[in-house]
Amino acid sequence: MYKPTIGLEIHIQLMTETKIFCGCSTEFARVPNTNICPVCIGLPGALPVLNEKVVEYGVKLGIALKASINRFSSFYRKNYFYPDLPKGYQITQYAIPIAKGGYLEIGPAHQNRAGSQKKKIRIEKAHIEEDSGKSIHMGDITESEFSLIDFNRSGIPLLEIVTLPDIETPDEAYDFLILLRSIVRYIGVSMGDMEKGAMRCDVNISVSKDETMGTKVEIKNLNSFRSVKRALEYEIERQIGALKKGERIVQETRHFDEKEDTTKPMRTKEELNDYRYFPEPDLPPLVISDEFIENIKNTIPELPNTKEERYIKEFEISSDYARTIAYHPKLAEYFENIVKYVGIKMAKDVANFIMVDLSAYLNETKKEIDKIDFTKEKFKELLDLIDNKTISRNIAKEVINESLRTGKTPSEIVSKKGCTQITDEDGIKKLVIEVLNENETQVKQYLSGETKVIGFLVGQTMKKSKGKANPELVNRILYNELENLRK
Amino acid sequence: MEITELTVKEIVEKIKKKEIGVKETVLAYLKNIEDKDNNIKAFLSINNEEALIKAEELDKENEKNGQIFGIPVAIKDNINVYGTETTAGSKILKGYISPYDATVVKKIKEQNGITIGKTNCDEFAMGSSTENSAFFNTKNPVNTDYVPGGSSGGSAASVAANEAAAAFGSDTGGSIREPAGFCGIVGLKPTYGRVSRYGLIAFGSSLDVIGPLAKNVEDAAILTNVIAGFDHKDETTANLPVENYTDFLKRGIKGKKLGVIKEINDFKIQDEVSITLKEAINKLEIQGCEIEEVSIPHLKYALPTYYLVAPSEASSNLSRFDGVRYGLQGCGDNLRDFYEDTRTKGFGREVKRRILIGTFALSEGYFDEYYLKASKVRRLIAMDFEKAFEKVDALILPTTATTAFKFNEKKNPLEMYMSDIFTIPMNLAGIPAISIPFGKDNKGLPIGIQIVGKWFEEGEIFQISYALEQSKES
Ligand SMILES: [Zn+2]
Repeated sequence: MYKPTIGLEIHIQLMTETKIFCGCSTEFARVPNTNICPVCIGLPGALPVLNEKVVEYGVKLGIALKASINRFSSFYRKNYFYPDLPKGYQITQYAIPIAKGGYLEIGPAHQNRAGSQKKKIRIEKAHIEEDSGKSIHMGDITESEFSLIDFNRSGIPLLEIVTLPDIETPDEAYDFLILLRSIVRYIGVSMGDMEKGAMRCDVNISVSKDETMGTKVEIKNLNSFRSVKRALEYEIERQIGALKKGERIVQETRHFDEKEDTTKPMRTKEELNDYRYFPEPDLPPLVISDEFIENIKNTIPELPNTKEERYIKEFEISSDYARTIAYHPKLAEYFENIVKYVGIKMAKDVANFIMVDLSAYLNETKKEIDKIDFTKEKFKELLDLIDNKTISRNIAKEVINESLRTGKTPSEIVSKKGCTQITDEDGIKKLVIEVLNENETQVKQYLSGETKVIGFLVGQTMKKSKGKANPELVNRILYNELENLRK
Repeated sequence: MEITELTVKEIVEKIKKKEIGVKETVLAYLKNIEDKDNNIKAFLSINNEEALIKAEELDKENEKNGQIFGIPVAIKDNINVYGTETTAGSKILKGYISPYDATVVKKIKEQNGITIGKTNCDEFAMGSSTENSAFFNTKNPVNTDYVPGGSSGGSAASVAANEAAAAFGSDTGGSIREPAGFCGIVGLKPTYGRVSRYGLIAFGSSLDVIGPLAKNVEDAAILTNVIAGFDHKDETTANLPVENYTDFLKRGIKGKKLGVIKEINDFKIQDEVSITLKEAINKLEIQGCEIEEVSIPHLKYALPTYYLVAPSEASSNLSRFDGVRYGLQGCGDNLRDFYEDTRTKGFGREVKRRILIGTFALSEGYFDEYYLKASKVRRLIAMDFEKAFEKVDALILPTTATTAFKFNEKKNPLEMYMSDIFTIPMNLAGIPAISIPFGKDNKGLPIGIQIVGKWFEEGEIFQISYALEQSKES
């Protein structure tokens, strides 16, 4: 049995209003080199001043990761030359990070996935550092006639999180990352989008047959959660294949090719870097008080993995829906708000309507859940209409849709459209008899014991009623009529 | 008396009394520069147009506010002045126009001082004679066969030659005090953290301090009043109240305890310097000062410690000069060649030497042995001073072991480094020290005496050095 060991190094852009060491805005700017000043482009004589908000966000994320916050930490200079690194060094925490230890518990959703139990992924440390500028090339770096540098990103605060090698499958890596993304969104410290670079991830992976450690391979250029998973899947397969053939795994950095879904050795030979770390003399040590930490602790909301578990236990909603709603802060807020109003018993129904009908609408219109006008009152109206059998679930879908588009309340729509459910038994009976006459084959099948065809016959009856018939009634009448035929 | 021979205090008084105009003052200095600076070469650039515009503006003002109202001051070229060329004496920054004012420059302008020009210095403040300037040598106005000292040699020479009423320099290991001593003027290195470094091109970030060079102690106190204080742009400045330093001058020194460092006798000191020190001590004793011997046991390690800490920081600080965003730009087919070409052409020999030393000291496998050990020794030196200050209020010692030397006299870098043995320990400890001229050697070259104080007690050393300065006349 080959066992993969995976570690992640994640860089999270903290969404403070200003950069880490200067007053420049962190807002996305379309025009390059507009959010810059002497500090973040490394002009001679400029000095860094630590943005306190960065410390706050760092501590916040540290607490959310159950890490211990260092009351005393410090900054170092990591020295290396690169055009997008304006000072020739990066200011980063090195010997003492702001947070150490901690863990994230992944699972328990996705029972369909093998071995998807709760699992702790331990965090080694989390430290604060500054982002570099961005090099822009014409096509491939090796062929570009020029390099352009945009320093708008230079000095954006980052929190680097390093995990211990507890992850064993690509799915676990994926689960860890989406949970982390959800957490940073809940506590409001980052956008968390990998596609936009707000969260960046490098992975380390080794595969071994026995208890000895395999050879560590690093993979870079992972620009989406899917890429992380795909790269790991490919790399595990590649390494196992190589090991089976008796080949040796080379310790190297590989590059993920998004188009081919493969990893390739980095073309540029990585030089053995000596970063000559030494304490940053321009910044005094970072001292954090207990009070500061306590105040931040009180601002941390219920986190998505706890929510997910609660939804499954308390509301009995499906694990897939529970995760999707719980991991999305706005969706969860909306959901909980509705459930609180309509009662826990209806939670399952609420989840279904949100996940199927509201989601479809949101996807189609590219709207955020907090920008729509389907209030808790409207939701309750809708559920009541179903409950008192005024409308069927099918009709309810239409009602939601129309309400979303027009802003009308469900009862307004129902009374205007005349889409009230057909609840008179005689009317339905008429339809049922028509259906039975038209579908002799299925009736025979039923009578010969294939009772599940009743579903088909219910469908046909509903169709005839244009979805207006109360499905429970249709079911009951159909059953009665069929059983009568048996006699 | 010519305007240019007056002190800062006198000029401000005359301007405020409307006995002289600001423009008249500035013109007098510009005239002096024109007459003398072809020979002295204190300035790298003159800010004449701006200075005259500012002077005219100030002359129109009814309220003559500001501690240095209308005073033409010279600024060392490693300090950023908005809109002017700022080279730090290096080819790599030739033509670089600064887009911002250093905090000290902002403060000078707020007090209505006029920045008249940028002064020559050793490249990136690395040197003790200003011979390491990439552009030219500055001469010592006292005797032009001699160096003015360094690295703030241009600033010291500009004041000594009356080309500026006062000047500002930076001191990393003695770069204000040594040239002040060599040129026969007063120079103060304030406590580390007393004056903002924002806008000072960094050499050794944990050692660098900006300070004044002036004709006398009182002027130095006024200039320190102008620049001292907390700056939210420099996290290493102390958030402590700033005293009015001129208040200290005339308090007298009766009962003050002054320490003489035993270990300075381990170093070879020019006879005239030793004699002058004794005379200075004598003068202070007469005024009621108590003299006591103190020990700084780790003094002999100051130089090697400094030459690990300062180059280490410098090697990192100078990384930003890569030709990518500003300054000299080399060429090359790939990044490595481009950097190499830029930095080979842009930096001078001494700067390269220190980058190499620093890079080495920070390298993996050597860091503990060099940088870390040096940092520990540095702490021991600071503790030595702390202990000495339990017994005494201030220390007295020569600024340098010898008076000024001639150009090209010190060919061996180690010999040059030795010029700073009596000034470096104060930078390592972060304590304030002033150099005041006291006597001359037989060649007529000035001798500087240093008064060293406790952390943030600049007032104390102004008080003592003022008394010493007054005693010269008696
Ligand atoms: Zn900036």
